Amino acid sequence: MMTGTGGNPLVLVVDDFLDAREMYAQYFEFSGFRVAEASNGVEAVEKAIELSPNIILMDLSMPGMDGWEATRRLKADPRTQSIPIIALSGHALTGFQQSAQQAGCDAFVTKPCLPDALVAEVERLLASPNARRSRRKGASHA
Amino acid sequence: MRAAPFQAARLADAPAKLELLERLLGVRDVGDCIDHALAWLVARTHATQAICVLADADTNQLRGVAGHRVPAAQVEALSVGLDDTTHPLIRAMEAADPTLVGSAFGEHAEDSETGAALFGPSPYWAFPLSTLGAGEPAGGLLLVVLSGPPTADVTWIADVLSQKLHILLTRDALADGQNKFRRERSLLDAIINAVADPILLTDTEGRLLIANSRAEALFSTTAGVSEGRHRAVELNNMFLSAALWRIAVGAGQVKPQELLVVDPVDGSDLLFELLGTVVHDQREGTGIVSVLRNVTDLRRATEELSENYRRMRLAEAEARTERDRLDVIIDSVADPIIVSDDAGKVTLMNAPAERLFTAAPNGDEVALRRIQANDAHFSSFIAGLLSEGTEIRRRGEVSLTDVVTGVSLPFEAVAGKVLSEVGEFVAVVTILHDRSEALERARLYEQVKHASDELEARVVAATAELARQNRLLRHQAVELEQASALKSQFLANMSHEFRTPLNAILGYASILLQGISGDLTPAQRKALDRISSNGRHLVGIISEILDLSRIEAGRMPLQVSTFALKQLVEEVLAEMEPIIARSKLAVSSHIPPDIGPIVSDRQKIKQIVLNLLSNALKFTRQGSITIRAAAINGDRLTIAIADTGIGIDPSDHAKIFEDFQQVDSSVARPYGGTGLGLSICRRLATMLGGRLDMESEVGRGSTFTLVVASRLEK
Repeated sequence: MMTGTGGNPLVLVVDDFLDAREMYAQYFEFSGFRVAEASNGVEAVEKAIELSPNIILMDLSMPGMDGWEATRRLKADPRTQSIPIIALSGHALTGFQQSAQQAGCDAFVTKPCLPDALVAEVERLLASPNARRSRRKGASHA
Repeated sequence: MRAAPFQAARLADAPAKLELLERLLGVRDVGDCIDHALAWLVARTHATQAICVLADADTNQLRGVAGHRVPAAQVEALSVGLDDTTHPLIRAMEAADPTLVGSAFGEHAEDSETGAALFGPSPYWAFPLSTLGAGEPAGGLLLVVLSGPPTADVTWIADVLSQKLHILLTRDALADGQNKFRRERSLLDAIINAVADPILLTDTEGRLLIANSRAEALFSTTAGVSEGRHRAVELNNMFLSAALWRIAVGAGQVKPQELLVVDPVDGSDLLFELLGTVVHDQREGTGIVSVLRNVTDLRRATEELSENYRRMRLAEAEARTERDRLDVIIDSVADPIIVSDDAGKVTLMNAPAERLFTAAPNGDEVALRRIQANDAHFSSFIAGLLSEGTEIRRRGEVSLTDVVTGVSLPFEAVAGKVLSEVGEFVAVVTILHDRSEALERARLYEQVKHASDELEARVVAATAELARQNRLLRHQAVELEQASALKSQFLANMSHEFRTPLNAILGYASILLQGISGDLTPAQRKALDRISSNGRHLVGIISEILDLSRIEAGRMPLQVSTFALKQLVEEVLAEMEPIIARSKLAVSSHIPPDIGPIVSDRQKIKQIVLNLLSNALKFTRQGSITIRAAAINGDRLTIAIADTGIGIDPSDHAKIFEDFQQVDSSVARPYGGTGLGLSICRRLATMLGGRLDMESEVGRGSTFTLVVASRLEK
């Protein structure tokens, strides 16, 4: 696994579902990103502090510490608070989106989200001058 | 010739006779006349004594009037009944010549003291005096005692006396008669005037001969009376003459006839009954005595009497009618009514009462016993009212028996004592009311009440059951609500649970299709396309199911804002641009500038338009798609999406709005879609206060029109 020291942006993919996590990881690597993975909130916070990724893809519903809690912690930690976080959820209800936003997520993407669309969203966020104030709405699939 | 035998007697000289005649000429009184004559007789002739007697018609006596040389008492005592025809003096009256009394009839003179002892024993001569006129019977006698045979002078004096007395007596009688006539006339006048009824005597020509004052007032007039009164009298006379004429014609008949005259004083009509009698008088001729009786009042009284009688009859008839009616009324009362006197004896009862208290003429013994029993019960009931007790009314129950059937009849009796104005007992009136029906009704009422109670109990039970069911329903409703919430939660969760693996499927398919894992054979690529396509379809279904469940659960709140329609349509076209470009269809939009900003839920309108446009693109192979907006009445807005696609058969028009419906699954398959789109659109349109209409013709295309309120109230 690569560290944040390389030239390519490092994406931390947080998902308890291995298939999804690895699918996205594979595609981000294919797309030229460096990828780190975490399978729960605790691990996500640890990895984020340890690796200082350029961006975090955060699944919300996870066992143990969930995505909302992890986001709140990361956004509360000066070391990690500037890292853009894209919330990923299979829940399409607006409540989820709002709660994610309240927790500190910078964008919200409803699953299923094709890898190339997700990559496009990540690139958009990273390209914006202030990655922290990015567009709320992610590319959703209607 | 009579004087011939007395020629020898001393003749009085002519001058003495003349002197006597002269003296007698001035004499008016009979007594004086006789006195002079007798005195002259005794003085001038050989007469020694003389008496003059005259017949008095009133007493029917021959009385002595005066004497000369005869005691006055003897003269006055001289009285002989004219009927005593055997008396010498009466016989002398009837003799034509002077009669010598006291010689030839000596025996008689002795018997008759008056005649014999007149001048003592001396015979005397009785000279008849024709005082009533020549040819008439003698009215008196000159009785003379002569000292010789009668001389011419004595006869002469008898004649002179006769003549003079005739004159005097006739005059006296005339005067008496006149006086008497006057008295009688005045009496008659007084009498007939005292009669209130007019009485008249008329001649045959109707001239008034005698009339009493009342008659005069009606039928005669004097100068100076008013013209009206004069005319009234004339009129009355006319009527009277007519009436009298009828009497004269029908002489002998005394039938009363009516005579209408006018009161000349006050002009009122007077009705008289005229009773006329024809009288015949030898001297006066024929006349008519009429007595009029005023029947004016009588007629009026008669009329009043008959009128009163008529009224009385009328009143009587009315009273009878009233009585009859009262009887009918009393009889028509179904309740028995009995009127009893102070002894408790029944004086009046109506027909229903008669059925209880009177027996039929041929009533059998059983009926009679029942009637007696009824009587006894009734009598004991009203007994308290009959005594002097102060009880005025009594109400109670009397059990009587139907006379015919013997059925016991419970009666409610109300009896009242009727008192006169002065408080005297008049009657006791009792009204009986058969309570059989009332009791039967009460029994029925009880039954009904019982039934009602049962019913009520059932209703209560049913109500309780209903309440229980209600509670159950409420409970079920709560459960349903919970279930519904659970369903929504389940759908949301399921959506998540579907999406997670779909995410992996679509992700890996995408990776494979992009050749990241190496090159693909055409068959592999085709298979991966199918996987990807079906996966995406599944995602669409999941999204729409989620939308439906949200709408149904009311979890899709309206987000009302003000926005421009034109901009919204442009956004939709922009989002669909890749598909439009691929379709090669002419897609255009016409939003008139007069459509101002609208107030509604922008996201929902957009979703509908997006869906309709998506469908149009899906089902149109060639031609055009037009989006056209229009304002209706200022408060509504239409957005129509018209295509030139395959169209929908009229029989399927209703169907396409149903859940999971496409016109034909097999046909629809190539067009993709879940079949939930239109169903969701219609629901959303309703939420927005509008509707979704559709016109379509197979092969020519379809037009879907969204109608919404242009200013949606929150």
